[in-house]
Amino acid sequence: MSTVKAVRTAVPHPRGTAARRLSVALSARPRTRLGLLLSAPLLWLGLVYIAALAALLITAFWTTDTFTGQVRTEWTLDNIVAVVTGSLYHTVTLRTLGIAVLVTVVDIVIALPIAFFMAKVASPRLRYALVIAVLMPLWASYLVKAYAWRSVLSEGGIVDWALRPFGLEGPGYGLPAVIMTLAYLWLPYVILPIFAGLERVPDSLLEASGDLGAKAGRTFFQVVLPILTPSIIAGAIFSFSLSLGDYITVNIVGGANQLLGNLVYTNIGTANNLPLAAAVALIPVVIMSIFLLAVRRTGALDNL
Amino acid sequence: MDEAPAIRLRSLTKSFGTVTAVDALDLDIRQGEFFSMLGPSGSGKTTVLRLIAGFEQPTSGTIELFGEDVTSRAPFDRDVNTVFQDYALFPHMNVLDNVAYGLRVRGMGRAERRERAREALASVRLEEFAERKPTQLSGGQRQRVALARATVVEPKALLLDEPLGALDLKLRQGMQVELKEMQRALGITFIFVTHDQEEALTLSDRIAVFNEGRIEQLGTPQEIYEHPVSPFVADFVGTSNLFDADEAKRMLKADGPRSLRPEKITLADAGKGLPGTVSEVIYLGTSTRILVDLDAGYRLNVLEQNVAGAATHDRRGSKVVASWSPADVVELHP
Repeated sequence: MSTVKAVRTAVPHPRGTAARRLSVALSARPRTRLGLLLSAPLLWLGLVYIAALAALLITAFWTTDTFTGQVRTEWTLDNIVAVVTGSLYHTVTLRTLGIAVLVTVVDIVIALPIAFFMAKVASPRLRYALVIAVLMPLWASYLVKAYAWRSVLSEGGIVDWALRPFGLEGPGYGLPAVIMTLAYLWLPYVILPIFAGLERVPDSLLEASGDLGAKAGRTFFQVVLPILTPSIIAGAIFSFSLSLGDYITVNIVGGANQLLGNLVYTNIGTANNLPLAAAVALIPVVIMSIFLLAVRRTGALDNL
Repeated sequence: MDEAPAIRLRSLTKSFGTVTAVDALDLDIRQGEFFSMLGPSGSGKTTVLRLIAGFEQPTSGTIELFGEDVTSRAPFDRDVNTVFQDYALFPHMNVLDNVAYGLRVRGMGRAERRERAREALASVRLEEFAERKPTQLSGGQRQRVALARATVVEPKALLLDEPLGALDLKLRQGMQVELKEMQRALGITFIFVTHDQEEALTLSDRIAVFNEGRIEQLGTPQEIYEHPVSPFVADFVGTSNLFDADEAKRMLKADGPRSLRPEKITLADAGKGLPGTVSEVIYLGTSTRILVDLDAGYRLNVLEQNVAGAATHDRRGSKVVASWSPADVVELHP
C-alpha cells in the first residue's frame, strides 16, 4: 500500500488566475465587497423608486396653464385642497377603500383553509401540485383574466346559468363583480405568505393544543391564528395595496363605477391635468402609509 | 380487587401504506409505574405513544385507558397528556400562559388558573420565568415548562416522547433525577419513549424493548440487562459478547446462541480459561475496555473496573487467559 502512495503526486495548489487574485483582494476588503454588491440595487432604488415618488409629490404642488394645458412649475396648494375638500374625491376614496377592504377580507377567508390544507393536510406530492396550481394563474396576463371574468359574469354567462335553477341571477357588472374579480386576481399573493407561515408552524403545536383539551376551533383561534397573524397581514398588504391602485378591472367588469385609479387616469388623459392626477394619486399613498405604520407594530413586515 | 391497568393495548396495529409500524401489539401498563419503551428509531415506540395520545388512529386493535375503551376518541377527549420531543411550547404566549393553557381550555377562571400555573412552575423551579417567552429560555428550562404544562391539568398518565433527547449529557442526567422524583410525587403513570438504553435502565420500573413494531422483551431493568432473551436485546441494551450457535458450540460447549456481558469476564496471566492476546485497551475513566483476540477465533469485549491497584501499564500484545462463571452465560432465543 505504501508503494502506491509513493507513486502518486501531491494534490496541486489552486492556480493563481486573475479572477482568483481578485477574489483574494476582495476577501480582505469587506467594505469594497459590500459596496460592489449594493451599488446596483441602491441605484435602482434611488433613481427609479425614490425619484419617481418625489416627482409625483412635487408635481402635485404645481398647476397647469388653462389655455395651453402645459404644466406650470408654479407652487400652489389648489390641487391638494381640491382633492381634500371635493365630495367626488371623498365618495371615490371611500368606495375604493371599501373595495380594497372587502377584497382583502374575501381573500383571507378563502386563503386560510386552502393554505391550511396545503401546509398541514396534503401529502408532499399533492402540496407540490397545489403550489403550482396556486401560482399558475400568475402566468396568464392580467387583462386575459379580467376579460375572462367579464365573460363569466356577463348576462347569460356561466354565473347566470349556474344560478338559474335556484331562481337567482348573477350580480352582473358593478362593484360586486369588481370585488369578485380583484379577489380572484390577488388570491395567490394572499395564499402564498399564509402557506409559508403555516409551514413554519410545527405540527406538534397543534397536537399539543389538542392534547391539552382544546378542540379544533379553539386551537385555530388561540394557537394557529395568533402565530399566523404576521403572515396574514403580509398577504393583506398585497391584496389591499394592489386593489387600491387598480383601474382596469373596474373598467372591464365595474359598469359605470369609478375608483381612484380611474380618476388619476382621466385626469392624465382626458382632462390633461397632471398636477391634479398627482394629487389624487397621493390618496392611496397616504392610505398605504397609514396602513403600513399600523401593521408595523405587529411585526408583520419582518415576514415579507 | 384486580385494578384495571393504566393502559391496555390489544392486538394494536398501525400501518403507514405498506409499512407496518406497530404489529399486533399486546401490552398492559400498570397504574403508577414508570414504564419505558426502548428501541432504535423506526422500531414503532413513538407510534405506540402517538396512538395512546390519539394523534394517530390505529389500523386495527384497541386502546383502553383505566378500563375504558378510548380507541376512537380524539386527543382532547383522553385523560393523558404528552411532553413532546420539541417541547411544542406556544411561541406567542409567555411561560405562565403556556402552563395555564390546559386549564383555560377547561374553563377555569383567570385567577385560579394563574394561581395553579404558578404552583406548577414553582414545582419545576421556574416561577421567576413566568413572564418570559419560550424563546428566551434554555433547552432545559423549556423542557421543565413543557412538564409543568402537561402535569398542571392532572392527567392520569403522562406520555413522554424522548423528552431529554435534545439536552446535553449533564443536563440530561439532572433531568432524569427530576423526572423520577416528579413521578414519585405525582404518583401517576409515566410512559417514557427513548432510544437511550442507559436512560431507560436508570429510570424505569419496567422496560419494553421494541424492534420492528413488536415488543422483543418486557421486564424490569435488571431482567432486561441480566437476562436478555434475544441477540437483539443483548446487543441493544448495554454491550454484549454475542456467540452464534456455531461459536457457542466451539467455545462455550453450549447448544444454541449465547450472550456474555463484558464486565463478567476476568482476565489473568495464566490459569484456566480461554487463551488470547490483548489487541486494544480503551481507557474510559471509571473503567477500562479491553479487546482480546481469543486463539479460538473470537474478539472478546472485556470491561475492567479501575479500582485501586488496577493494572495501568500498556497491555497491548500481552497473552492473557479469559474466564467467567458459567452462570453469567445467558441463553438466547433467536
